[in-house]
Amino acid sequence: MSANLAFDFSVNKENNTITVKREFAAELQLVWDAYTKSEILDQWWAPKPWKARTKTMDFREGGHWHYAMIGPAGEEHWAWADYKNIEQGKKFTGHDAFADVDGNINKEMPQSKWDVTFTDKGERTLVDFHITYGDLAQLEATVEMGFKDGLRMAMEGLDELLPSLKK
Amino acid sequence: METRRDVYQAIADPTRRAILALVAMHAMTPGAIAENFDSSRQTISKHIQILSECELLSEKQSGREIYYHLNSLKMKEIDQWLEQFRKIWEGRFSELDKVLQKMKSKKK
Repeated sequence: MSANLAFDFSVNKENNTITVKREFAAELQLVWDAYTKSEILDQWWAPKPWKARTKTMDFREGGHWHYAMIGPAGEEHWAWADYKNIEQGKKFTGHDAFADVDGNINKEMPQSKWDVTFTDKGERTLVDFHITYGDLAQLEATVEMGFKDGLRMAMEGLDELLPSLKK
Repeated sequence: METRRDVYQAIADPTRRAILALVAMHAMTPGAIAENFDSSRQTISKHIQILSECELLSEKQSGREIYYHLNSLKMKEIDQWLEQFRKIWEGRFSELDKVLQKMKSKKK
């Protein structure tokens, strides 16, 4: 379905930013809702097999989103996002951090700034997601965590693939 | 027979994957790495050697000890993690595509 939808993913080590651009086959209002309403976010925000579950969300300037990523074995990773600026239907910025079930932010873990912009393209909507880290070390820590998770997932995939490669 | 050392070969082995996961957290000496495994130190040092040859590990001398750490530069080069990171977003977005389809059909 997404074959002809634009997708761009890049990492810029000079300004500690990860950029994800993606087009969606829906009009702006729907896509905006999908990013800003917890009942919709819960349906897609967690990468499979994880599930997202919102504890509290208050989408307004100065508001927050407190949610958990629930793993297949029931493990919970909590996160807390503060919303800074909101321009209805256009963009929002926020600050994302690891947290606990009570919403206490874990200062040991990388934190990032979100800058999310929506562009109306009629039948389609382009979403520009910039994730900026305070310094290179935090980006690299995320990269290494991503690497570890990614490696594990890649390896599980590889484990399935290998028997078929060995003739 | 001399086998070609590449990253895919390096990470195909479960022990080597575990070594990478260990040093991803912080630099470690070969002895400290070996303590985490039941295998002999020779076996572990062979694995470390392969990972070094693939440049997945880099070494730093500190006094008499050698510390191994994950070579982030190589990681960047091979973009293995980046591809996986990207896959996470891809997976997320294909879920969103489905959610949007449902929302659209409800509206009609």
